[in-house]
Amino acid sequence: MQRFEKETGLVVPLDRLNVDTDAIIPKQFLKAVGRTGFGANLFDNWRYLDQGEPGQETARTPNPDFVLNKPRYQGASILLARANFGCGSSREHAPWALVEYGIRAIVAPSFADIFYQNSLKNGLLPVVLPEDTVDRLFQAVEAEVGYALTIDLHTGQVSAQGEEIGTFSIDPFRKECLLNGLDDIGWTLRHEAEIQAYEARRRREAPWLFGSEGSRI
Amino acid sequence: MGKTLYEKLWDSHVVRELPDGTCLVYIDRQLVHEVTSPQAFAGVRARGRDLWRPDANLAVADHNVPTKDRALGISDPTSRVQIETLDRNCRDFGVALFSMDDVRQGIVHVVGPEQGATLPGMTIVCGDSHTSTHGAFGALAYGIGTSEVEQVMATQCLLQKRSRTMRVRLEGTIPAGVGAKDMALAVIGQIGTAGGTGHAIEFAGDAVRALSMEGRMTLCNMAIEAGARAGLIGVDETTISYLAGRPFAPSGALWDQAVQAWREYVTDPDATFDREQVIDVSALAPQVTFGTSPEMVVPIDGCVPDPARESDPARREAMMAALTYMDLRPGTAIVDVPIDVVFIGSCTNARLEDLRAAARIVAGRKVASGVRRALVVPGSGLVKRAAESEGLDRLFKEAGFEWRDPGCSMCLAMNADRLESGERCASTSNRNFEGRQGAGGRTHLVSPQMAAAAAIAGHFVDIRRPS
Repeated sequence: MQRFEKETGLVVPLDRLNVDTDAIIPKQFLKAVGRTGFGANLFDNWRYLDQGEPGQETARTPNPDFVLNKPRYQGASILLARANFGCGSSREHAPWALVEYGIRAIVAPSFADIFYQNSLKNGLLPVVLPEDTVDRLFQAVEAEVGYALTIDLHTGQVSAQGEEIGTFSIDPFRKECLLNGLDDIGWTLRHEAEIQAYEARRRREAPWLFGSEGSRI
Repeated sequence: MGKTLYEKLWDSHVVRELPDGTCLVYIDRQLVHEVTSPQAFAGVRARGRDLWRPDANLAVADHNVPTKDRALGISDPTSRVQIETLDRNCRDFGVALFSMDDVRQGIVHVVGPEQGATLPGMTIVCGDSHTSTHGAFGALAYGIGTSEVEQVMATQCLLQKRSRTMRVRLEGTIPAGVGAKDMALAVIGQIGTAGGTGHAIEFAGDAVRALSMEGRMTLCNMAIEAGARAGLIGVDETTISYLAGRPFAPSGALWDQAVQAWREYVTDPDATFDREQVIDVSALAPQVTFGTSPEMVVPIDGCVPDPARESDPARREAMMAALTYMDLRPGTAIVDVPIDVVFIGSCTNARLEDLRAAARIVAGRKVASGVRRALVVPGSGLVKRAAESEGLDRLFKEAGFEWRDPGCSMCLAMNADRLESGERCASTSNRNFEGRQGAGGRTHLVSPQMAAAAAIAGHFVDIRRPS
């Protein structure tokens, strides 16, 4: 997993409530069997005027009105969003697409649970700030071309040009994983014996959970 | 102090707890489908590992499968590769798979319970957000991303934090013509699409006790549309009698032992929740969504709301965008909204009880001439077979519906079943997001009875009134 320590980058504002994972990466792109190639189709239905299909080789028609296509937001690495960002399906293709596009952190008042977890597992930092702070950020981004933020995971600080905008918290375990680029599987496999002991106990207490007639199909 | 059902489930699955409350949680069952598993299998392979417990996994292809002309194979090459990849992975790793020509194939959340692979007291995960469905059995069930699918494959565990608890009590006797889907939409309308974020929602109350397992699954299925990763319902006789004799359920002496343990999977009388909500359903009307979020819902005798009356600017903006997308004007009576397509299916509403309810409405009638397509997509091959043995297929076909093979189909339109841009659909599925059923398609979420009645009338109708 890509480490996250500190990111300073241009902010792109996506001023919509309840942005769902179908919008982040539409279903037709989920037919892939790999983890890459989704960045070009991030927000496909909003970003392009033509209908996108997987493996398409013809040139696309960008929607000039969509915020990601505006020249002033090219190269943005921080997405500013509204409440309940990432609601809907569990597709990890959503954070894969955001990361591949170049987004390193998302600032919003709240995130949907599954999307939040999926982001953490891909080095994409979800930053929760109070609603009124996010409102002010939307105004600031709108008002100033080139508006950038610095997000420091070590200190939990969000700042603009050295001035603190807000602070955020993240579970210590998750923070450690992000700072060091550790994945859950590596950590879990260090505790194999404990899992085996748990399993042995459960097998005695609830033997029906460990294979019945029907499971041998 | 007593424990909630959620706390009992959580506590009995913690392998190790870290100082910050993050827990290593044991997973009893993983359901696997073709869309969110290929990268996970590839990850396990890249680590040079086997699955920790192949028999804890059950796989079925559902999202991409065609729902007609299956004998011809899958024409879309990318879909075909994905399904073939699932077949190969299951073979290589020793995972039980119901392939496309198996009568047990169907939507993963219909298949699990139908097979008895979903049992009370289990932790159940799947790379699909509607895994909340299985909570209807007193199991802790939730959707996970592909990295977590890989982790469960490799370690049988996940690293997670305890959710907050919320109880939604649905009290009163539900009126005729109103069902679990309407209850689910009413809950979402009331608490909002993020109302359950960070929580596991337990559904309780008279109206929930009165539901069949099918109805309870519909309710828990949509917990995720209220933001809750997991929905839960305590075990009772309805749960136990549903499971008796199912292939993956225990039998003989083990059944008796299991039933005794399962009866404990209820919330203790003195347990407390972080949040409680009570909704009286005795006057509930059939529900219809009008917008692009499931919380944008009104009763059938209502009108499209006016965004101008919304005081919160972000919500007003969202509602205006939704009405533009949906091509609806404020003040339009819901019964005056004409529809082009009807979809009866999905993990929310494609079980036998759903098909029976819809069939009763269409029996002896015809789909309205303005309706371009009306599809019934059973939730599994076994649901399809049972429906056919009752003659439901005949009722649907005579009315002008297409009777398809099982799969997710037009709920998310990954296969060929999709809306054309601008088409308006009465759908028994779970999400009305922009483009969900096809780019530019407009979705109204309703119950199976309401979808059936809309097909016959060509517009929404209040099924409580005699036609």
